[in-house]
Amino acid sequence: MTSAQLHATTHAVTSDGVPIYRKWWHYFTFNSDHKVIGIQYLVTAFVFYLVGGSMAAAIRTELATPAPDFVTPEVYNSLLTLHGTVMIFLWIIPAGAGLANFLIPLMIGARDMAFPKLNALAFWLIPPAGLMLISSFFLESPKAGWTSYPPLSLVSGQVGEGIWIMSLLILGTSSIFGALNFFVTLLKLRVPSMGLNDMPLFCWAMLATSALVLIGTPVLAGALILLGFDLIVGTAFFNPTGGGNAVVYQHMFWFYSHPAVYIMILPLFGAISDVLPVHARKPIFGYRAIAYSSLAISFLGLIVWAHHMFTSGTPAWLRMFFMIATMIIAVPTGIKVFGWVATIWGGKLPFNGPMLFAIGFISMFVIGGISGVMLASVPFDLHVHDTYFVVAHLHYVLFGGSVFGLYAALYHWFPKITGRMMNEPLSIVHFVLTFIGMNLTFLPMHQLGLLGMNRRVAMYDPRFADVNLICTIGSYILALSTIPFLINALWSWIAGKPAGNNPWRGLTFEWQTTSPPEIENFEELPVLTVGAYDYGLGHAYTETVGDRQQNHRHHEPAPLAHADSVSPTEPEVEVAVVAGNGHEAPGNQKCPLPANPDAAVQTEPEPEIVVAAGDRPEDRSHQE
Amino acid sequence: MKHFVESSALAVKIPSNILTLLVGITLTLISLWFGYNHSLLPIAASREAELVDGLFNAMMAVSIGLFLVVQGALVVALFKFRRRPGDLTDGPHIHGNIPLEILWTVIPTVIVFIISVYSFDVYGQLGGFDPNATGDSSQVQVAMLPGEDASAPLMDSSRAKPSHHHEALGIGASPEDEGKPADLTVDVMGMQYAWLFNYPNAGVTSAELHVPVNQEVQLNIKAQDVIHAFWLPEFRLKQDAIPGQPSELRIKPRRVGEYPVICAELCGPYHGGMVTKLFVDNQQDYDNWLQSQIASQDSNQTTALVLDQQTDGDFLAPFVSDLGVTPDIVQQVLPRDRA
Repeated sequence: MTSAQLHATTHAVTSDGVPIYRKWWHYFTFNSDHKVIGIQYLVTAFVFYLVGGSMAAAIRTELATPAPDFVTPEVYNSLLTLHGTVMIFLWIIPAGAGLANFLIPLMIGARDMAFPKLNALAFWLIPPAGLMLISSFFLESPKAGWTSYPPLSLVSGQVGEGIWIMSLLILGTSSIFGALNFFVTLLKLRVPSMGLNDMPLFCWAMLATSALVLIGTPVLAGALILLGFDLIVGTAFFNPTGGGNAVVYQHMFWFYSHPAVYIMILPLFGAISDVLPVHARKPIFGYRAIAYSSLAISFLGLIVWAHHMFTSGTPAWLRMFFMIATMIIAVPTGIKVFGWVATIWGGKLPFNGPMLFAIGFISMFVIGGISGVMLASVPFDLHVHDTYFVVAHLHYVLFGGSVFGLYAALYHWFPKITGRMMNEPLSIVHFVLTFIGMNLTFLPMHQLGLLGMNRRVAMYDPRFADVNLICTIGSYILALSTIPFLINALWSWIAGKPAGNNPWRGLTFEWQTTSPPEIENFEELPVLTVGAYDYGLGHAYTETVGDRQQNHRHHEPAPLAHADSVSPTEPEVEVAVVAGNGHEAPGNQKCPLPANPDAAVQTEPEPEIVVAAGDRPEDRSHQE
Repeated sequence: MKHFVESSALAVKIPSNILTLLVGITLTLISLWFGYNHSLLPIAASREAELVDGLFNAMMAVSIGLFLVVQGALVVALFKFRRRPGDLTDGPHIHGNIPLEILWTVIPTVIVFIISVYSFDVYGQLGGFDPNATGDSSQVQVAMLPGEDASAPLMDSSRAKPSHHHEALGIGASPEDEGKPADLTVDVMGMQYAWLFNYPNAGVTSAELHVPVNQEVQLNIKAQDVIHAFWLPEFRLKQDAIPGQPSELRIKPRRVGEYPVICAELCGPYHGGMVTKLFVDNQQDYDNWLQSQIASQDSNQTTALVLDQQTDGDFLAPFVSDLGVTPDIVQQVLPRDRA
């Protein structure tokens, strides 16, 4: 198996230029292809999302009534601990890494990541760590919250807390490996014609994210190792009864975990900046402002951590410093939000999955951003810290932001990843349910927190019962909303309409190769001649036209005998179609249907063999 | 003909300006109205709560304005700029607008600057810049400066601050009361899952907090086992109770009433049950309550002074009925090794 796979990797393109595609079992192996790894990350993360979501449903069921009647308070605390840990470390962060893995080499015209085996290792650390963490639920689960503050974490069960520390250390290591790869790949493997300021904005966002991971995660590892010593060996770094200082742990923890918020949202800021222009058919508004604001957020994100500790052991001057630093983050974030709104203003907005979730992202993130500025204000934070106001705020950022962004990205790049389109009516149903569920669940929580409901409680004052019931109903709608998505994704992956190379008529490099991209991505590396966001200039879009009769290039039928992949292939040819000044060239069909209806029931994403036009860049330069 | 075109353009331009102005005024009015007429906060029962509410209302007005502008733009865009079926053309090639970008960089900067200054001011009025611990301050240690004579004594008493000025964590006296001792001092101890209030001058320990109205109350907050957070929602104040690090809150209650005291930091499975009551009494009621406590505690012979020599279970036993639980529950919820 390994040798066959090695063969496939090293000889991705056979001597006569025919690309070879992956088979399904490649996705369950230690494979160093960034696209395989990207899909592995995304699918694994989504499975953990469903696990974390089930925990959220259990938490909300418990909170439907004031009494602790659905689960015991101990189980409730393990649920909230695992829910937070799973959603952060096993869903949003790996899903962002999955997108980055799949997209970065394609976007910058590279054949793979800089360190492909390290990349595979980074992924394969996640499933064992994740399974270990989840399994703790059935042994002795961690109960001290995902923040795991000592001394509570030192007295609420050694086994559970030990498992929690171990799995986080492994996940952190994975995260560092991934970030190292993204950073070096982005700086070193761009095609020569692409300068830093030509990169798609997702790449800028990943550069900023990777820097945060590389700076922050080692500090978390340090904190966890010391906490582990306190827990297992009985040292007293953080244990006050032995002379330790419990607040130092909080500083070390938040030194990573505040940047972690940006590690979770910046990749999606980048993804949204790429999704909006393609669908709105307009250039991104203020490319450099959006690119550099990612770096500004990344830097500022490193010096605001103690705003999680305003009510803790934080002296007055430190409170004021962190308040002002936190407030300043609103400025680069505002630049992005206004830039996105200006991007869609005057565009041609379709009512489809990527666009709806992208607009939903802006809409929800703005609410989280506004409540974030409020929370930065120390006098107000003294009231609402550790209340449901904070729960509402963080879910508007991480669900309304990150998860909406992930959905927008998945709908947008699904055709590239699988080679097939998703169903549009189902994606609209998914969006509507998610949007309603999200706001029903989290909007009332603002008021709960302001009125006096603290967070992480299994039992609460009965006067909050009605509002909590609304939140619980909302959470059930959210749970329901994943069903249309799951059906859509699974069904489309198997039997969706073939996408062609460039269904959205995008200008970035990933749309210039086949869908799904062949091994090593490009038959011939692309040359940057058109800016990533140069919509509205009448540039050519490379469209796949699935009509064999139009084959006017040097096309040969795919020699199946050569390919390791034995699936029947649907040869298609890519031709450059000029859409000059908005006038559509004849024969520019959007999504060609396969000539062979049997192709629609294959269990594998339909491999498309494309004899890509080697001289495509020259073609394009003719048109300018 | 040309003149006609110009004048019609002008005729279109003016109403659109008026329209923008009207929308702007409407948004401002809605924002201000909502900011100051929401029912999102509980009763303000102290001087501190009134200050924080003023800040919150102002932030709420600005927030509603921003919210309406952005969401309004999104909704308008979604309908106004819908792609017609079959339309494969692009939108206009607009890649930026420097004056506009400067404008929307400056506006948030000004807004957060104003909010920061306002917050800073409120924080000062709350007493945030004057927390003076009354607790143990003998451990003030002065670090040696680089190049300092190593033979100098570690504790240089001349440079150590006066002990009563040892800086603590939390909220101290308001600027006008700075330096004055509080009218009443209460030692607050957080433990799984109860608050205990010790009145050192009266020698009274209670599971409920009683304070007289319109008097400065100094709360010295400590934790016995894990971190707790002492939260008075109606007073808008919260301070973590951290084992090994004393902290404080200074409050001035202004409304007679009964308010919840809540633990806001996860402290174990029964964290949600770690709730007690704060009674703001008029002076007469307060004095009566204190007398009754002194009388009952004499018969109990329990004081907080022997706290260190007792197990939590022993210590809690007399207060079981005050806590509203049975002795069995006390035994269950205490950590196994100590109970």
